Amino acid sequence: MIQLFNYIDRVSPIHRLTGASKLACMLCWVLAAMVTFDTRYLIALTVFALALFRVSRIKVSEVKVILIFSLVFLFMNNLLIYLFSPEHGVSLYGSRTVLLTFTNRYSITAQQLLYHANVVLKYTATIPVVILFVSTTQPSEFAASLNKIGVSYKISYSVSLALRYIPDVVDEYHSISLAQQARGVELSGKENLIKRLKGATAILMPLILSSMDRIEVVSNAMELRCFGKNPKRTWYRERKFTPLDYGTIVLGFALIAISLGLQAVNGGRYWNPFL
Amino acid sequence: MKEPIIKFEDFGFQYDAQAEPTLKNINLEIFPGEKILIAGPSGCGKSTLTHCMNGLIPFAYPGESTGKLTIQNKEAKKLSIFEISKMVGTVLQDLDGQFIGLTVAEDIAFALENACMGQDDMKKEVRKVAEKVGIGGHLEHAPDALSGGQKQRVSMAGVMVNEVDILLFDEPLANLDPATGKKAIEIIDQIQAESGATVIIIEHRLEDVLWRDVDRIVLMKDGRIVTDAPPDELLSTDVLPENGIREPLYLTALKYAGVTVKPESKPQSIHSLTLSEADEYLVREWFHARKTAEAKEERKVLLKADKIDFTYENGFHALKNINIEIQEGELLAIVGTNGAGKSTFSKVVCGFEKQQVGSLAFHDEDMKNYSIKERADRIGYVMQNPNQMISKPQIFDEVAFGLRQRKVPENIVKAKVEEVLKICGLYPFRKWPVSALSFGQKKRVTIASILVLDPQMIILDEPTAGQDYRHYTEIMEVLQDLHERGITVVMITHDMHLMLEYAQRAVVFSGGKVIADDTSANILTNPQIIEQANLKETSLYDLALLCGIEDANLFVQHFIDYEKEEKRG
Amino acid sequence: MKNFSVKTIVAIGIGAALFFVLSTYVAIPTPIPNLKVSVHYPVIAVMAMLFGPVAGCLMGLIGHFLSDLASGWGVWWSWVAGSAFFGLAMGFVGFKIDLAKGDFGVKGAVIFNVVQVIAHLIAWGLIAPALDILIYSEPVEKIFLQGAVGSVGNIVSTAIVGTILCFAYAATRAKKGSLKMEK
Repeated sequence: MIQLFNYIDRVSPIHRLTGASKLACMLCWVLAAMVTFDTRYLIALTVFALALFRVSRIKVSEVKVILIFSLVFLFMNNLLIYLFSPEHGVSLYGSRTVLLTFTNRYSITAQQLLYHANVVLKYTATIPVVILFVSTTQPSEFAASLNKIGVSYKISYSVSLALRYIPDVVDEYHSISLAQQARGVELSGKENLIKRLKGATAILMPLILSSMDRIEVVSNAMELRCFGKNPKRTWYRERKFTPLDYGTIVLGFALIAISLGLQAVNGGRYWNPFL
Repeated sequence: MKEPIIKFEDFGFQYDAQAEPTLKNINLEIFPGEKILIAGPSGCGKSTLTHCMNGLIPFAYPGESTGKLTIQNKEAKKLSIFEISKMVGTVLQDLDGQFIGLTVAEDIAFALENACMGQDDMKKEVRKVAEKVGIGGHLEHAPDALSGGQKQRVSMAGVMVNEVDILLFDEPLANLDPATGKKAIEIIDQIQAESGATVIIIEHRLEDVLWRDVDRIVLMKDGRIVTDAPPDELLSTDVLPENGIREPLYLTALKYAGVTVKPESKPQSIHSLTLSEADEYLVREWFHARKTAEAKEERKVLLKADKIDFTYENGFHALKNINIEIQEGELLAIVGTNGAGKSTFSKVVCGFEKQQVGSLAFHDEDMKNYSIKERADRIGYVMQNPNQMISKPQIFDEVAFGLRQRKVPENIVKAKVEEVLKICGLYPFRKWPVSALSFGQKKRVTIASILVLDPQMIILDEPTAGQDYRHYTEIMEVLQDLHERGITVVMITHDMHLMLEYAQRAVVFSGGKVIADDTSANILTNPQIIEQANLKETSLYDLALLCGIEDANLFVQHFIDYEKEEKRG
Repeated sequence: MKNFSVKTIVAIGIGAALFFVLSTYVAIPTPIPNLKVSVHYPVIAVMAMLFGPVAGCLMGLIGHFLSDLASGWGVWWSWVAGSAFFGLAMGFVGFKIDLAKGDFGVKGAVIFNVVQVIAHLIAWGLIAPALDILIYSEPVEKIFLQGAVGSVGNIVSTAIVGTILCFAYAATRAKKGSLKMEK
């Protein structure tokens, strides 16, 4: 079975927080980091995020795979940016301080470096928080949390259903795929792309049809147990807010407020030390 | 006389999309506290009747109804599906479809959440109901950590939280192994005894349901009720076989022996059955008149599994030192509980998984370096659910698919496809779309689509699951035919009847090991193996003991041989 | 939004699960190294046509959100928005073509493909890049090249896989009335 949400059971203040407040705070945090291009603030957010990581008692080794993924993605993205636009920072910050020259087109400028630092920091400021949310929140609590932060309960339940049936769909995909491979379908190998895509339909068609059957059975089962009867519903997994939860939400909003405040101070999204 | 809790009066129903009514002239009264079994072949209307009782008709499946249906004295037409579900709780056949929650506790709580119950009450209620069905120790488990039997209990708990007076079970035995099925029937019985609820079971596996008493059996065919009688009465007639339902095996045996079954002898279960001296004598005579079995001819070994050992990535040790020899042209059953290793074994044989230790030889040649496709040219694999295999809208294209993938010229494709369609009894349908076929016919399409690749061996996962007796027989005739043509047929199954009737030999898996490899008759009369592998002893065994026949396994073997003769003649 | 039928709710959940599984586990290699074509968009297109634009939009949104969340590179909102838009757009095709009734012919294929090309171009050529520029101030050239590569792969896979799936699905819904057995 796949472990979709890498929930790691620990005793920590962050685990004790309700999913709803963590979700709200995570979303605010990510938004705050997206809006700002103030390098100082991004550094502060990164340090803060890493500190929270310590508090959660999650070990780095436990989220190693996710972390490696992120780093590779981060590296590739920065490389692409540089290859395409080595002078991007210069145009953003409106000055050019050359540190090193390779060719006519490619040189290293302080502005470009600062821009890259910002991009990297945007990741380092948010990824720990996302990982933290994923590994300290039980999937069961996720739907209840969405509902609590204002998403309609029906749509929240769609999310819960997706989490419930992902493992079943994975199993189904694998068994269909193996049976079709036995009949000669190849998704990789020597065939050309169009043949392979056509071959894929031999797997996807049964998958769609059986998903349609599943939709019918599950919706019958839900209807027979009165889903959608009332304008709201309660949740078995919902937890009561503690003062810390309110604090967490306030923190989230404060981060956005700082982000907006810095915009006013800096006269724009960028903190520009080259002025 | 009590008031009926459910009452159909001249009831009829026609789906919007259909030209003919599916239910006609239904008159049925069900009284509080009764236990009713509704049986009938596929397409007889029993699921439609179920949907009428639980409110899915007309809310999920629109159509026109005639006559009158009242549930607890309220006219069903005037009720919403929510009001009906306060009275009628339904346990669906598809256990994964019914299990909606991410954990056991959430799934049981589902109806309570929808009713906006406060959390403290909800937790208390969930615990209480979970204890009742014996799942209290698994509240935090996810569905994939549960067995089929446990999932079914969760489903029961999930509808019982509504405190319904009527419990409806839609084919409760379909996805369970024999021993678990037996247990499920016991739990249903126990729940009824404790709660006094009215229980309605829809099932065509009659003998298994009758493991515990029922009050009445309602037999349906073609949208009508054929018979509505207490089991002892119904089983004393020939109405079951006439309507495509298999009667309990011990009754068939008694008929073969020339015994006339009467209601007074309580035929509803082998344990209540009483036979006169004269009847027992007839059975013994029938047994003694048997012919001695022909000596088995030694055949060449087709597939040899030598010391196979396999562990999944997640550390689950699924196969432990498996040694099996499958002979050329054999018809073999592989049985055992879920997780016993039988499916894993077939995956290893097909090359879907690679064993860490041991070797597989096909015609004395090591298959180690064969790809999935190369193995498939020799060993065909038919999945349990035909809907997971069929990818083309037209029958012909579906069957031709494997050949076309192998770039076989179209004129040969046509000849081959037509040939296998004939073998599978599908030739008259060759121009039909797959969607117009019944489940059983689709199953035969998948067999044809594998057969067309000319495998020497074919492995089928639960070839007859979810089939009524007629479709079961049709599929098994195809497999019997293949067997006679010299193709080796391996069936992975839970179905004791299937194993007994068709398989010459059975290999029993338990806990990743092979614990028996013998004739079906010997296995199903061996209490120790039955217990260990979650099988169920055949009622023929009890019948033999009842009649004072000590060689129960020979008696069972005789029954199988006799039945084969009967069918041929 | 409040009046969603239970079936639509379930379809959104299962559709999102399909998106997740297909985008996480299935990628078909192309002749260009490291470029893989994925097949979740054609499947979402079919599901969106069957269940409508709002359902389609939410399948894309939830499916992409969850797969980002589980993948480790953080939630990449701009691309999540692209998936949501694609589901939305294909849902509108369902108003023109009633796939559930088996209505998909040459005309259907033309409409389907015109809309999917436009939808992919808007999603990966406009919405996702615009958000990327807004959020990350990434260089325009890089973003649009990524968008173009993404669009082309998705358009090709939706054109081939999606069209075949639509035809096949429509055929399963064909009328059963006039069938005769032939000897």
